[in-house]
Amino acid sequence: MKIGVALRELYDSESALAGELLRLADRHAKEQEIHHVAQDLVRWSREHVREIVAAGPRYGLDLGNPDLENPEPPTEEAGEIPGEDSGPELLLLADLRRLYRMAAGVSLDWDLLGQGAQVVADPDLLALTKRCHPQSLRQMKWADAMLKTVSPQILAS
Amino acid sequence: MPSKDRIAEPWGSRTPYGPGQGWPTRVDSHLAEGVTPDQVDRWVQSATILHSNGDGLDIAVKDGQIVGVRGREVDRVNHGRLGPKDLYGWQANHSPDRLTRPLVRRGGELVETDWDTAMDLVVRRSKELLDEQGPSALGFYTSGQLFLEEYYTLAAIGHGALGTNHMDGNTRLCTATAAAALKESFGCDGQPGSYTDIDHADVIALYGHNMAETQTVLWTRVLDRLAGPNPPELLCVDPRPTPVAREAAVHLAPLPGTNVALMNGILHEIIRRDMVDHDYVDAHTVGYEELAKRVADYTPEHVADICDVPAERIREAAELLGNAERLMSTVLQGFYQSHQATAASVQVNNIHLVRGMLGKPGAGILQMNGQPTAQNTRECGADGDLTGFRNWSNDKHIEDLAAVWNLDPMRIPHYAPPTHAMQIMRYAEKGSIQFLWISATNPAVSLPELERIRSLLAQQGLFLVVQDIFMSETAELADVVLPAATWGEKTGTFTNADRTVHLSDKAVDPPGEARSDLDIFLDYARRMDFRDKDGEPFPQWHDPESAFEAWKRASAGQLCDYTGLTHEKLRGSGGVQWPCNDENPDGTERLYADGRFWAEPDQCESYGRDLVTGAPLEPTEYKAMNPEGRAIIKAAEYLPPHEKPDGEYPFALITGRTLYHFHTRTKTGRSPQLQKAAPDVWVEISPDDAREAGVSEGDHVEVASPRGVIRARARINEIRSGVLFVPFHYGYWDTVTDEEAGRRDRAANETTVTDWDPVSKQPLFKTSAARLRLVGSGGGVPAPAPTTTASRPVGAGTTETTGGPGAASEERLGGGTR
Repeated sequence: MKIGVALRELYDSESALAGELLRLADRHAKEQEIHHVAQDLVRWSREHVREIVAAGPRYGLDLGNPDLENPEPPTEEAGEIPGEDSGPELLLLADLRRLYRMAAGVSLDWDLLGQGAQVVADPDLLALTKRCHPQSLRQMKWADAMLKTVSPQILAS
Repeated sequence: MPSKDRIAEPWGSRTPYGPGQGWPTRVDSHLAEGVTPDQVDRWVQSATILHSNGDGLDIAVKDGQIVGVRGREVDRVNHGRLGPKDLYGWQANHSPDRLTRPLVRRGGELVETDWDTAMDLVVRRSKELLDEQGPSALGFYTSGQLFLEEYYTLAAIGHGALGTNHMDGNTRLCTATAAAALKESFGCDGQPGSYTDIDHADVIALYGHNMAETQTVLWTRVLDRLAGPNPPELLCVDPRPTPVAREAAVHLAPLPGTNVALMNGILHEIIRRDMVDHDYVDAHTVGYEELAKRVADYTPEHVADICDVPAERIREAAELLGNAERLMSTVLQGFYQSHQATAASVQVNNIHLVRGMLGKPGAGILQMNGQPTAQNTRECGADGDLTGFRNWSNDKHIEDLAAVWNLDPMRIPHYAPPTHAMQIMRYAEKGSIQFLWISATNPAVSLPELERIRSLLAQQGLFLVVQDIFMSETAELADVVLPAATWGEKTGTFTNADRTVHLSDKAVDPPGEARSDLDIFLDYARRMDFRDKDGEPFPQWHDPESAFEAWKRASAGQLCDYTGLTHEKLRGSGGVQWPCNDENPDGTERLYADGRFWAEPDQCESYGRDLVTGAPLEPTEYKAMNPEGRAIIKAAEYLPPHEKPDGEYPFALITGRTLYHFHTRTKTGRSPQLQKAAPDVWVEISPDDAREAGVSEGDHVEVASPRGVIRARARINEIRSGVLFVPFHYGYWDTVTDEEAGRRDRAANETTVTDWDPVSKQPLFKTSAARLRLVGSGGGVPAPAPTTTASRPVGAGTTETTGGPGAASEERLGGGTR
């Protein structure tokens, strides 16, 4: 059974998403809506990570207590960050694009876990995916919506 | 006729009435000292402009000057009554410091010039920027105080001729959440209820709505019901001891920023006790199950912890609402300008939907407006909406609007939501908006975090045009100042918070070379030589009446249908509620009486947004959720406010208005009786907090937030502990500012946070953290705050607020009803 693998994958991707949301809020503090809403949305990812940690032992997984106030920066994504010299506007677009992709990845991971929960007939795990998956989708849609809203002005000016 | 000091008695005499009866008439009037009614040359029809109630009045004219006002007995809104701001505010029209000539900046100074010179500058800069960057370099920030014809023209110029997405009104600060909440629940803007619901209701719930001060005449209607047989019971949600709270059967004073938790707690009880109209819910709504699931955790005890309101009070509120047979609800800034604004306001709609309280007399929702013509800003599309409640993400609606305007649909920006005011300011700050035209509003005092706003408006790279009637704090920063005519000096129509359309006729000429806003916008269009698809000058209209006729075509078939109205039909009338068309020639008292909504996917103004993230729903998502166009019950989780009181800033700071002033006092501060009633800024503090801070009534204190500091005198009143209140009216035009020290320490917005509701984009003026410090003794002199209002002091010894002989007003009690 590889449910544990899927749980660990989600643990990693949700933690990374939480870190990315915080980083976005911090990097674009003067874009007030992004700054505030990103911090609101971190709450969901933190809660998801806590739930994943709680579900871990049933699948032989001890994920410990993650430090979600000061998460590690997402190492594998770091290479995609454009140089600081590309200007704050293009940086904003790049950050929102990356957030979208990360949230989409998390969403997919919840899909996978949901499939797994069904095949092993674990109602608690299935309920967990049903609680968390919609919020990942909302995080993804938010990134998309912000990108659509702010990009025309950046591209035109 | 009995004379009343209407400063001392803002709501005048009682004319009690019972449920289902007509509200008796009472004709209020005030004329300049020494003028008697028989000396008045003529009475000119209009309506009130210094609040959102839309009371019909006649303007008294003598020797070409306004000399007073009189309420219109035939008007459906006020039955002859007027409020203090209406009785005395007209005097500002002939204030000696009105702007009378255009001004342009030369060598750093604003100097007088002629219209050609000023408009040529505006046109030249517009054309340069259109060439360099295109329409995205130009932005417009307008008002909630112009007339319908003016907004429609501005919308056509901005969204149509120029094709910029950057247009909003200061309605963003007052009614954006009203519009957003209506769109979320009913698919479209438009108030379901009517003021006449007060005549029938058995329970009236006021959410963050100090009606007694924001809409004095509407409150008079409530007071008359309270004084009559079988009076309604009131629920008040407000952290301040407002006159509404004093009359309420249940008063909830939650911590600022916790409204969603409170509403979820009330809904939890209503659902737990099954006070739900399941037939209505099943037949007319979607989303009930989600709501029931969402509020399941919000027990009164849990909510009590979040809101710091006793659990028992929450149960009492639910009991009151759940047992009402005719429930009327109104909502205003306590919800709209607070954290999770739209999510909280939508829960008020949800209470009506789950209780089936919609469309019958007494069962109405009024998501209130804060300004006299805010409804028109929204319906005409001079804000972040599209003309005629069209849906920016529905291509068919864009094609339809383009056909009305006879323009190419590609010219109308609809790739993203129209840019809201705070984002317009951000683009100006970053330099991608280089031309900003501000009409009839004063952001240098009214927007949050003023130090930032002043500096971005003063930037070298920003070409700032300000169109106003006085040299406001914003006009002082302009490159071009255009002198405008105001109410009483031009003809047009406007619509109040219960969809009542009034005509306001021109009574007198504007001063000097001042011109109506409509004339200024049309002059700009002609000089820019805008053309429609047939090469005809655009806009295709030229005066108020032709603008109104053009607007009727834009509104035809929409919810806000004006096709049954003309200026002539409104002249002499007592106001008509839209939709007014062939089917409803006398207007429409209540929307959605048949349980049918303007929410079908092809019809709705908005597909809605995520109440937490603010992300717009895709058309496909909306169609899947609501294929039949039912009312939408939308649930929301509570999120803690972004700026919470802490050790350094232990208070929650809220700002707001007082009965005697409007906005930044450009008019009310120039009306002697109103100015005297509330002459300077104050801060309200609870007795416990005052004791702890060593502050006595009238002491000089400093209020500081992470953004800035203001100094004010302390008023100790019954505001809930932990909360400070500062009125937002006081800027700098009538104070001495020490330019060398750059000391600007009077405007409440020096301290407020830049943050807005992600759904409605309304700035949050009611969730900043602040600290308070005693600066010096007031020597026993009380704070310059009224005693007649929410700012009534605790304890005795304060001189009562009066207007003196100059405030004597007439009251004619007709006793008749209509």
